[in-house]
Amino acid sequence: MAEAHPVGFQWVMEAKRRGATIIHVDPRFTRTSAVADLHVPIRAGSDIAFLGGLVNHVLSHDLDFREYVVAYTNAASVIEEGYRDTEDLDGLFSGFDPESGQYNPETWQYVGATEAAAAGQRDPAQAAGGTSGSHGQRHEAARSETHGSGGPGVASKGERDETLQHPNCVFQILKRHFARYTPEMVQSVCGISPHQFAQVADALTRNSGRERTSAIAYAVGWTHHSVGAQTIRTAAILQTLLGNIGRPGGGIMALRGHASIQGSTDIPTLFNILPGYLPMPHAAEHQDLESYVEGDAGKAGFWGNMRSYAVSLLKSYWGDAATADNDFCFDYLPRLTGDHSTYNTVKGQIEGRCKGYFLVGENPAVGSANGKMQRLGMANLDWLVVRDMAMIESATFWKDGPEIDTGELVTQEIGTEVFFLPAASHVEKAGSFTQTQRMLQWRDKAVDPPGDARSDLSFYFELGNRIREKLKDSTDEMDRPLLDLTWDYPLEEDGEPDGAAVLREINGTGPDGKALSAYTELKDDGSTRCGCWIYCGVYADEVNQARRRKPHWEQDYVASEWGWVWPANRRIIYNRASAAPDGTPWSERKKYVWWDAEQGRWTGSDVPDFVVDRPPDHVPDEDAKGPDAIGGQDPFVMQTDGKAWLFAPLGVADGPLPTHYEPPESPVRNPLYGRQNNPARQKVSHPANPINPSYSEIFPYVFTSYRLTEHHTAGGMSRTLPYLTELQPEPFCEVSPRLARERDLEHLGWATIVTARSAIEARVLVTDRMRSLRLGDHVVEQVGLPYHWGPNGITTGDSPNDLVNLTLDPNVYIQDKVGTCDIRPGRRPRGADLTAYVEDYRRRAGVDPDDPTDGRTDR
Amino acid sequence: MSVRDSLARSLHGRLDDVQGDAGYGDPAEHPPRMGFFTDTSVCIGCKACEVACKEWNEVPDDGYALSGMSYDNTQALGASTWRHVAFVEKPLHPTTTDLGLPGMGPPGWDTHESGLPRAAPAGADQATESGGANDDAGVRWLMSSDVCKHCTHAGCLDVCPTGSLFRTEFGTVVVQPDICNGCGYCVSACPYGVIDLRKEDGRAFKCTLCYDRLKEGQTPACAQACPTESIQFGEVDELRERADQRLAELHEKGVDVARLYGRDPEDGVGGDGAFFLLLDEPEVYGLPPDPVVPTRDIADMWKHVGAAALTLVGLGVASFVSSAGRRR
Repeated sequence: MAEAHPVGFQWVMEAKRRGATIIHVDPRFTRTSAVADLHVPIRAGSDIAFLGGLVNHVLSHDLDFREYVVAYTNAASVIEEGYRDTEDLDGLFSGFDPESGQYNPETWQYVGATEAAAAGQRDPAQAAGGTSGSHGQRHEAARSETHGSGGPGVASKGERDETLQHPNCVFQILKRHFARYTPEMVQSVCGISPHQFAQVADALTRNSGRERTSAIAYAVGWTHHSVGAQTIRTAAILQTLLGNIGRPGGGIMALRGHASIQGSTDIPTLFNILPGYLPMPHAAEHQDLESYVEGDAGKAGFWGNMRSYAVSLLKSYWGDAATADNDFCFDYLPRLTGDHSTYNTVKGQIEGRCKGYFLVGENPAVGSANGKMQRLGMANLDWLVVRDMAMIESATFWKDGPEIDTGELVTQEIGTEVFFLPAASHVEKAGSFTQTQRMLQWRDKAVDPPGDARSDLSFYFELGNRIREKLKDSTDEMDRPLLDLTWDYPLEEDGEPDGAAVLREINGTGPDGKALSAYTELKDDGSTRCGCWIYCGVYADEVNQARRRKPHWEQDYVASEWGWVWPANRRIIYNRASAAPDGTPWSERKKYVWWDAEQGRWTGSDVPDFVVDRPPDHVPDEDAKGPDAIGGQDPFVMQTDGKAWLFAPLGVADGPLPTHYEPPESPVRNPLYGRQNNPARQKVSHPANPINPSYSEIFPYVFTSYRLTEHHTAGGMSRTLPYLTELQPEPFCEVSPRLARERDLEHLGWATIVTARSAIEARVLVTDRMRSLRLGDHVVEQVGLPYHWGPNGITTGDSPNDLVNLTLDPNVYIQDKVGTCDIRPGRRPRGADLTAYVEDYRRRAGVDPDDPTDGRTDR
Repeated sequence: MSVRDSLARSLHGRLDDVQGDAGYGDPAEHPPRMGFFTDTSVCIGCKACEVACKEWNEVPDDGYALSGMSYDNTQALGASTWRHVAFVEKPLHPTTTDLGLPGMGPPGWDTHESGLPRAAPAGADQATESGGANDDAGVRWLMSSDVCKHCTHAGCLDVCPTGSLFRTEFGTVVVQPDICNGCGYCVSACPYGVIDLRKEDGRAFKCTLCYDRLKEGQTPACAQACPTESIQFGEVDELRERADQRLAELHEKGVDVARLYGRDPEDGVGGDGAFFLLLDEPEVYGLPPDPVVPTRDIADMWKHVGAAALTLVGLGVASFVSSAGRRR
């Protein structure tokens, strides 16, 4: 965190100054480790085993916060008899279809809830019975997110056993599932000694409970894996068992990849969701608004009002053109026909299915996994628009990419027309950032952008204007969605569209045209407009609430008047859980939101995340719907059963519980199960994406890529600047002294790092900060690779992402950043010799030329 | 100021009103002495100070060379690096061979309330215990942002023949590049090796403690940019109190290795306007253990020079007298 989020890390240092214990778990010893109380080196890609060990420690020593767990989680829920765990099936859950590589979650349901459940209704992959993916292969449309933020539907709480003794209740299943994640197992998977494991387990459990809470912060070291979503699930299970959710000082903080990634999920740049996590409609299933919302309408909790959010969004897009008679222009929305995620799109480019591409502040030629596939894809387009501040590799790959050197691509034969458009930086335009706490913070423009550089807002506004101008006389129905758009942003003195006007449009307006103040005001009759329901209130009282900057020393520690946090300026969501079931604070020390019996209201330091006048002992009617169905002890108000899900009966593509699987490329066999890899992982079959066979002597080492404080992601914003470049002037790899001895690597000398995809070179730093990890009798060495360089910029070098394979998490389609490699002293071969060099490695490792993505994995 | 002028000022020893000594009058007539307290125990090595300094002061880049010295590629203070973050990797237990036995810790380990072993004896904020039961020993990674010390008795200033170096009303020491003639006397006069000549330019440069910002009542760029308040800017008297407090706090926590550097007004330079809290010997960070201003002995030297001169004059007179006698 100090390494990649130094500004946010100041608060960790502040906490430390006040007595907090800081534990850092990371394959490498970083700037965070340097100031932490404890650094725990871990084998990259083994996080679920480590966290699973902690879950097992909590369960087997009865260290869970039992009162919280019984009341606020689904620990008591009883699961269908037909459910089979990885314990029963050697690493598989029931419902797996080996043909499609997908799970059917039928047997994971609550007993007594399935008959009414909308199970699958929100699930195009199931309902549509096959969609058109590449090669006729059926791809889900990111199933876990098709449910939107409400999560998938379970119609009721089902059968519960609050003694937690029922053999098929979630608590007992959890105990059995994690029983094998012992400290000894953690050692043999992660390379963490039982002694060190005990230190972490003791510190964490001691600091959790009524009086104390612990927080977990993670970054892409957890998410960029073929089991990424499940890693976060494991952390969620752990924190929920310890009562660390919905309470001050608790939680799980996602440290995003760069500024406002949270914002670009809320107002998404993702293919499968609309603003506010509304699901993107599916072509086969959602013919009209009614079928789109029916899976959610009437669900318990605030998600039950989804129709209001959807209609208000449509009104925001199409204004007066959207009426009840035309389904509020629901037909104007694009539809999913399958997986349109980024890596599938890249494959589509290579195969000629995708012809045009916008790159906005993104440099996939350096920053995305399997750089070669990225460049092959871009080389096969009709047109490519690159908007960036610097001439990045993704705009110049056609003349200086690595494939030009090897002869795999020839400049004269690349037909892609590249448009490079200079972009304004964040200080050259006004706008908001949304950070990991869901906080919007407005920034004013500091300086004018240089030359022709323009903001993204200006670019898209102008692009829209020009397209609409070209189409203005069109009578083609297809053009109506563009022509009917509300596209009328006022311009500021500098000619830029007014960003605050856009924020106000996102906030939404009522029938009187005035800014709304809360999403509870949204209506499903077309009388309200709102561009993103969860952001409703950011412009309350016609004030840009995100621009508030009252310093923390002028208000209490919750600092509600700094920026604005969605939803409803609520700083901690699910904060009803900060009080006991009876509504009193768990402890004086951790008092936050509680029930004021006299006033008959929830009150406290934050905006209560609950129906404000619902008493703690309220039991809803059987047929209650929406917010009316929330019971007095159901803090997780966005979940249809009001409970935190230790066990996920629906919505996770690779199983209801997290399970350790080895990364697609691993030096060891999975010690936990016969299954080597995530059975539901999504393979990307392409000759440019061969997988190193697991436990291969040819690729004996683990590599992991990462960032340095001094550089920014793919480097376009840092290795183009002298003051940052001089601080870390060259690509390097970090190795332990033991590995340096084993491979004759010299400090500051050159090394070549090889995988089945490619080989790169880098200078060597031999350092004690890289640890040799002992897994039983096997010592694992890891090669650390900062990934910021490419052929352009003040200093240049090879891109580690050329080494990374594409094997995707089935929930969110992210790649696995970890792989195996060989490392040798000296520089890599040049030109066609490089191709031959890598080909020789593939042959010796036994990569199957006919099925190179197989990876020889499962026993 | 010339050497002759400097003779009017005190050249070493304790000096409580450095500006007054430089001719700014009584303490009531000038602003308080301003400086830095750099607490390296909370430094995270982000180098924001280096970049902010260069941005504000328009200092050129210092070359693009991978040093191999951990993450320290600017390597030292110089004409084009006015803030420098040192990165020192040190084995945690250089003499202990960890046999990988469960529960084994180096002698002196105890447990504090969190249940973690205190990383004593090395222990400090910047002294994580890492991987106790693995084959290799743990490592410490010390980081420290170094800067011009703005000495109470500044050697650079005392030797400057053109008056380019001067003492400001804030008690800081600043080079005026338009007067500097590039003689380089200041370079050898600095006991810390801070000031240096820029090759392509010929003149001497160093930290100004953002004199221009101070005049506007602003915080120097580096301190402003520091995310963890490792670099603290303020009145030197107050910073010294803060440093004493922080040191006591760390000692109380068992971080015995913590020490202050440059805080003592009785040291060889009369104390620094920019001083430090370190977690190891100064030499580990590349700092001289006992810096002394070279001009400390200048008064004695002048006495000797004076005596020698008088002797010469005496001899001359004597010879004149004697030759005159002979003539007579």
